[in-house]
Amino acid sequence: MAVADATVRETPAGPGHERTGGISSSLLGMVLFIASEVMFFGGLFGAYFTLRTAAPEWPPPGTPELDKLYALGLTAVLVSSSVTMQLGVFAIRRNDQKWLVRWLVVTLVLGSLFLIGQGNEYHTLFTEGMTLRSGVFGSTFFTLTGFHGAHVFGGAVFILIVLLRARSGQFTARYHDTVEMASYYWHFVDVVWLGLVTTIYLLSQ
Amino acid sequence: MAITEARPEAGPSGSYGISARRHPIMEWLTTTDHKKIGIMYLVNSFFWFAVAGLLAVFIRVELAEPGIQYFTEQQYNELFTMHGTTMIFLFIIPILAGFGNYIVPLQIGALDMAFPRVNALSFWMLPLAGIILYSGYLTGGAACAGWTEYPTVSLQPCGTGVGTDLWIVALLLIGTSSILGGVNFITTIFNMRAPGMTMFRMPLFTWTMLVTSLLVLLATPVIASALVMLLIDRNLGGSFFDPAKGGITVLWQNVFWFYSHPAVYVMVLPGMGIVSEVLPVFSRKPLFGYKAFVFATAGIGALGFSVWAHHMFTTGTVLLPFFSIMTFLIAVPTGVKFFNWIATLWKGKIWFTTANLFAFGFLSMFLIGGIDGVFLASPPVDFALHDTYWVIAHIHYVLFGGSVFAVYAGFYYWFPKFTGKRLNEGLGKLHFWLQMIGFNLTFMPMHVLGLLGMPRRISDYIPFTDWTGLNQLQTAGSLLIAVSTAPFLANVWMTLRRKDRDPENPWDANTLEWWTTSPPPAHNFDSLPEIHSERPLFDAQHADELSVHADATTTGAR
Repeated sequence: MAVADATVRETPAGPGHERTGGISSSLLGMVLFIASEVMFFGGLFGAYFTLRTAAPEWPPPGTPELDKLYALGLTAVLVSSSVTMQLGVFAIRRNDQKWLVRWLVVTLVLGSLFLIGQGNEYHTLFTEGMTLRSGVFGSTFFTLTGFHGAHVFGGAVFILIVLLRARSGQFTARYHDTVEMASYYWHFVDVVWLGLVTTIYLLSQ
Repeated sequence: MAITEARPEAGPSGSYGISARRHPIMEWLTTTDHKKIGIMYLVNSFFWFAVAGLLAVFIRVELAEPGIQYFTEQQYNELFTMHGTTMIFLFIIPILAGFGNYIVPLQIGALDMAFPRVNALSFWMLPLAGIILYSGYLTGGAACAGWTEYPTVSLQPCGTGVGTDLWIVALLLIGTSSILGGVNFITTIFNMRAPGMTMFRMPLFTWTMLVTSLLVLLATPVIASALVMLLIDRNLGGSFFDPAKGGITVLWQNVFWFYSHPAVYVMVLPGMGIVSEVLPVFSRKPLFGYKAFVFATAGIGALGFSVWAHHMFTTGTVLLPFFSIMTFLIAVPTGVKFFNWIATLWKGKIWFTTANLFAFGFLSMFLIGGIDGVFLASPPVDFALHDTYWVIAHIHYVLFGGSVFAVYAGFYYWFPKFTGKRLNEGLGKLHFWLQMIGFNLTFMPMHVLGLLGMPRRISDYIPFTDWTGLNQLQTAGSLLIAVSTAPFLANVWMTLRRKDRDPENPWDANTLEWWTTSPPPAHNFDSLPEIHSERPLFDAQHADELSVHADATTTGAR
């Protein structure tokens, strides 16, 4: 090995050593965090499939019928919020702060709409007698959709913070890692919902 | 936002006025410096080690004679549950993360971790979790269903208290701490390496921390999902695990072990990394087979995800041949590492420091623990030995003989880095030999008792004379382990009070953490050497010879 010159460089080490290219630490951190979230939902999905396979009948007798059309409506709301989020990201990549704010507002409205819609569905199911306590189906349904809803809420809070920062003009085409992080998270939450709606609603009954 | 890339006060211009004005206590409470956080990890983990060690002594005192003497059965259940939980989740996993915190940024030439404030958050969750876990005693009963908390036992109350729920909350906190720590380590190692520090020039401890962090990142969330399901079952009337409501008890075991088996490697891989730093330095040789070691580490990490059900052979619900073969396979990369270590020592100029003695302790004791495990990987043997003291012998030879010996090796090795002073070698060797003898007296007889059929987790046993004698031997050994901590603590205390300082690089080590001063400045490095290999200090010290050599070969003058 050529060890020709072992002189000491006098410049102190910078935090990221000013690399060019590659993924920024914030985005890498977000991707890793999302990977761990995928495993968390993986555990819950694993439990769902285990219980479903072991049950003599699925859904168990007496389970109220889920409204598939309503769920597809919620899906449409959440998927379009993912689209608007990405439009906001595209806007700030063009350095368009005005449209970033606008798309973030639309995303937040759609996200809230999804949560209200989910709350409404929970209310309907409660009145029909399905709760966390009402057996295997109720336990898995409310745990999976509930944790997903909590993640939508967390993502909405994240987007709200990004929105407040965007309004004061903190993001530019060069510096907007936080917007990208929020979009990664929001898309992840969207994908989890697609998995949920497929397994719990469409393949269930 | 809790996520930033660098501490604002630690710019290269070197103005540290904010820290200097602060009261020392406030400075420690609010620090985001990876070195201070690392020290706090070590101190906090050692505190819980002492607490859990005390519980172990209580267990051994109760088992010194057949019959029930000092603790009720309920109290005994709480003792072994809290002992196991504390040792694993509040001592071994965090103390290795503590070494990682202090050492990894230094080994790769970084200024700090990638997310210093997240790092502080990861640490502060741990003492909080410990307090929550132990506050179970205040509610009339700590967790009592064993550290594995199998339903349906864990669905029932412990005494009159809510200990099990507090156990769940504490573990969720520790899990969150681990996941954030894992994100932090991986990002730091991928994004913050100094120029020239390529992946295959990273010190082996950093490599093991990288693989460990990947395991933590992908396995810990799965136990988090198990914990929330258990919390829902216990408190909100869920029916995941209760067969009476259509749930499946084995479901818990699957999700629990999907984390808790990789967790075994989380507890031992960094220890292997420490040993791989210590042995080359004290044999005055580079580690034999660097790349083989790296691939063996990655191999253990990958295989770690496919063996969880070997804890569940006797449930009759798992595919025995698959999980048995995968478990046997783990012995292959582990064997590769043993060849690495032994070949490193071969014809080396071995320096019998305390750190090196503990590394030898690791090699010999972990080998026994590993072989115990290979026996258990065989289903017929496992069916005979399941839930006997053989399993307890195995886990302690792996986690005490392995991890704890490695932790002490790392502590004696890096203490001069932390403080600028070497620990006393005489007291260190006394500590080593007392612990080595005490450890074997305590855990070797468990093999025999396991083969004789003594069950784990029972406070009473049949008064056979050979059972009683072996149990008394163990109790004596456990007291010797407790005593062995005295010279260690005295050593740390006396060394900290000592005024004179040792050389900056007292062991003549070659990895980057020894390039800077001991202890390092807040910003870690005033300068960095050119990095051309995995031993930058060696290259820098022998630059003249090497450059002459390089010139000679390139010009063909030889």
